[in-house]
Amino acid sequence: MSRASRSLPLLLLVAAALLTACGEPPWNKPYPESQAGENILYGAFTERPKHLDPARSYSSNEYSFIAQVYEPPLQYHFLKRPYELVPLTAHALPEVTFFDADGNALPSDVAPDEIAVSEYLVEIEPGIRYQPHPAFAKDADGAYRYHDLDARTIERINTLDDLPETGTRELTAADYVYQIKRLATPWLHSPIAGLMGEHILGFAELGDRIAAQAPAPVDGERPFFDLRQVPFAGAEVVDRYRYRIRLEGPYPQFVYWLAMPFFAPMPWEAEALYNQPGMKQNNLTLDWYPVGTGPFMLSENNPNLRMVLARNTNFHGERYPSAGMPGDRAAGLLDDAGEPMPFVDQAIYSLEQESIPYWNKFLQGYYDSSGISSDAFDQAIKFDAAGEAGLTADMREQGIELVTAVQTSIWYMGFNMLDPLLGGDSERARLLRQAISIAVDFGEYISIFANGRGVQGQGPLPPGIFGHREGEAGINPYVFDWENGRVVRKPIAEAKALLAKAGYRDGRDPETGRPLTIYYEAMDAGPDGKARLNWMRKQFAKLGIELVVRATDYNRFQEKMRKGTGQVFMWGWNADYPDPENFFFLLYGPNRKVDGGENAANYQNAEFDALFERMKNMDDGPERQQVIDRMNAILRHDAPWSFGFYPKSFSLHHQWLDNVKPNLMANNTLKYRRLEPAIREQLRAQWNPPVLWPIGALIAVLAVGAIPAVLVARRRERGRAL
Amino acid sequence: MTAYILRRLLYAIPILIGVNLITFVLFFVVNSPDDMARMQLGDKRVTQEAIDTWKAEHGYDRPLLYNAEAPGLQRLTDTIFFQKSLKLFAFDFGLSDSGRDIGYDIRQRMWPSLAIALPTLLVGLAIAISYALMIVFFRATYIDFGSVVLLVAMMSISGLFYIIGGQFLIGKLFHLVPISGYDRGLEALKFLILPVVVGVAAGIGSSTRLYRTFFLEEINRDYVRTARAKGLRERVVLFRHVLRNALIPILTGVVAVLPLLFMGALIIESFFGVPGLGSYTIDAINRQDFSIVRAMVFLGSVLYILGLILTDISYTLVDPRVRLS
Repeated sequence: MSRASRSLPLLLLVAAALLTACGEPPWNKPYPESQAGENILYGAFTERPKHLDPARSYSSNEYSFIAQVYEPPLQYHFLKRPYELVPLTAHALPEVTFFDADGNALPSDVAPDEIAVSEYLVEIEPGIRYQPHPAFAKDADGAYRYHDLDARTIERINTLDDLPETGTRELTAADYVYQIKRLATPWLHSPIAGLMGEHILGFAELGDRIAAQAPAPVDGERPFFDLRQVPFAGAEVVDRYRYRIRLEGPYPQFVYWLAMPFFAPMPWEAEALYNQPGMKQNNLTLDWYPVGTGPFMLSENNPNLRMVLARNTNFHGERYPSAGMPGDRAAGLLDDAGEPMPFVDQAIYSLEQESIPYWNKFLQGYYDSSGISSDAFDQAIKFDAAGEAGLTADMREQGIELVTAVQTSIWYMGFNMLDPLLGGDSERARLLRQAISIAVDFGEYISIFANGRGVQGQGPLPPGIFGHREGEAGINPYVFDWENGRVVRKPIAEAKALLAKAGYRDGRDPETGRPLTIYYEAMDAGPDGKARLNWMRKQFAKLGIELVVRATDYNRFQEKMRKGTGQVFMWGWNADYPDPENFFFLLYGPNRKVDGGENAANYQNAEFDALFERMKNMDDGPERQQVIDRMNAILRHDAPWSFGFYPKSFSLHHQWLDNVKPNLMANNTLKYRRLEPAIREQLRAQWNPPVLWPIGALIAVLAVGAIPAVLVARRRERGRAL
Repeated sequence: MTAYILRRLLYAIPILIGVNLITFVLFFVVNSPDDMARMQLGDKRVTQEAIDTWKAEHGYDRPLLYNAEAPGLQRLTDTIFFQKSLKLFAFDFGLSDSGRDIGYDIRQRMWPSLAIALPTLLVGLAIAISYALMIVFFRATYIDFGSVVLLVAMMSISGLFYIIGGQFLIGKLFHLVPISGYDRGLEALKFLILPVVVGVAAGIGSSTRLYRTFFLEEINRDYVRTARAKGLRERVVLFRHVLRNALIPILTGVVAVLPLLFMGALIIESFFGVPGLGSYTIDAINRQDFSIVRAMVFLGSVLYILGLILTDISYTLVDPRVRLS
């Protein structure tokens, strides 16, 4: 047998293995063939979630998973705007009762000063059951199957699948109270523990009590401590389906927190399971394996590769909303009105750390929706003459749809009010800040650095938040003019005039005669930030001011902010809930950053602070709007911020994905999505036929190239030596 | 040889302490324990009290390198550096700052890294050796000249270009394999093709040039001339004599990198979404997870030292003239 014929079987084997790997067309499909045609939603995540424990999680990338699993008592209406709270597991919105210092009930319209305690009574729906989970599994005697495992058994458990038996039980009010106690538990590090300590009655003391009574950690693991045994006046079970939360004084914004996963129920059985010694060593924690009542359960948690949410077989059922906004019906957003949710059986999210493969896989139909990175922006979006964003012809041809929404966020340029040059309430400093606010053209910034995805800020409140005004009534008159129905930034000459009035003619310091030097604290020290920083220098240079950039990493930046040593900086805020209080508190005097708060500009104005105190306890209405208007006027005049811009989100989805409406407050939107898998399957095959000619061409080139080489080789071998 | 290996292993201890110290200093120059706590606890609404509790629970409430307030030897031992470093030498990597078992994660993630690194090495080796032999066979011809130009060009192109180009051509335009992703078992095969092709293409320029030099060095030796004088065909001379002798530096070089294959490829894993140790390290750096960074640097150093020892041993195996003493 020749050598060539001996190699043939091996070559055939390799070829067969490769073809097997490629499978049926399309070959570039990143999912197993068994998923073809299934009602599965495909998405991606770019950053692995850090926490999945609802007491700890506080970022949008984590909420996109846990909000589908955990159900707080309330949620935001999917379609209605302005954002409206509706019951989720609750029977209705909570009943609020006010009490004076002696415990007497007060009428609902009582003045906030007289309220000593606010009591929220929440009643949940009966019959809601938890997802199947080993924490609830019981043996024939009714004892919990996995709550008392020995060390050798635990050593062998690596995933929850190693505990095959599951069980469930009904959701009770006690589970909500248990979770509120978890928020106060010191070793869980809930990010809102500090805030809730200011509002929930006895919350801070509860944390101390838990710390004192709980057993000490053994080998770094905290043994199970049953929080049910710790009394807590701030949250109490009334009966099986009702619980009450007591707050110190009035805090109307509290109701929004009841729509966040922090206030989702937690069964004590879950902690009893996960807090057994050795579980944490094996990565079995509540931070990794959630237990909820929601429409989905996390069936695979491998954040290095993918996260899979599967339909919760015990889900209590919920129907798609029957009412929405004008235009929702025409947009097909009410086609599923009254239908039972969720619509998809599974959602598979793959890790995509880089934007290019993410984008290309979306175009191939392997992700159902996608954001738009800067690299792909021109390929996807074009602006018409009126500045309206639309899809390019290629995108439209593919049936891709665009959804845009102004986010409930703001990026602002802050002036440190403690700084001797820029800060304080002197006329000189105020004029200087106003001049800079005119000079730094955020319209240009949005156009250059955000591909037009933003709206210039006129105040701290973005659109969609009560108190925000559109049109001429809503402009910042110190920075913009209203001309021909449009907002126009004031000319730079006006900024220069303000600067001269402040005593800095042509941007020069009168004492030294040299250009005024201002220090800009930048957290964007990488190469990508260089263009942004150069742009910022040019904005200040329009006034003759020399901007010195002090670029550093985010840690150092935060440290400067905490110490109040910065001068000018850019920072952002993303709303926790749709209430003006959640933005104005960023400028509230007692909340200064140097005092440990979130007011990074360290701004303090007695009138503004008094109005804030008043506004935060008011119901939405004309009176509250009036107060907000005055607060905005003060801020615009004092200019502790240049109100940067409100970012605009652009997202794309394929034609087979329905019920897509941006809801910037709700995180539990997966249950509303509906798919048409047959269309997806057909288009994927159409878009991704394997192109085989390059392989043939490569073989041909190699073969043709080999011919002269073989000829030369033969000639050499047959030739004579000298 | 045993004494030599033992000596080398003992030498490794101060090296590892030094590497650990440098990693520690570099990390804490740019991150304070407070920063690490903030990274874990989040930016919004975090209080100093929560930060202090987190530090105490994770052992970051001690001084970094020297505890002036402690008595005697505890001045050195009651420090973050000592407490966090000691267990490493027993290969106990402990928990990450986010609470995951690092050893378990490493054991899970080394297989995807190996699944890419090993075929890339073997296929790359086979192609580079074959190509280098062919160039040497056609030395001083246009094939030689053209190949060297091509190889220099391939060496000069950034690895990132190969990745993006490969994804664009093979995944996006030709639809032959998935652009990125990974799966378990046989399903992983289709995801491995592209990163392996890209890894091989990116490394072929430099390795072929190097092997060509090895072969050219051998081809002018006396024993080759003797073989030719015996009337052996050039093909036989190349494969039976030149290749066998030139393989000594090639194989010893390969042995040196073998242990490091476990560590994965940083950029390739990140771009292709492969859950290996390379992307694990990158993630840890981005998340300021000192426990993982320290463990991975330590593991990398151990494997590097191991690679060098294996190289020395392999020299004795392939060249009888070399003896370790």
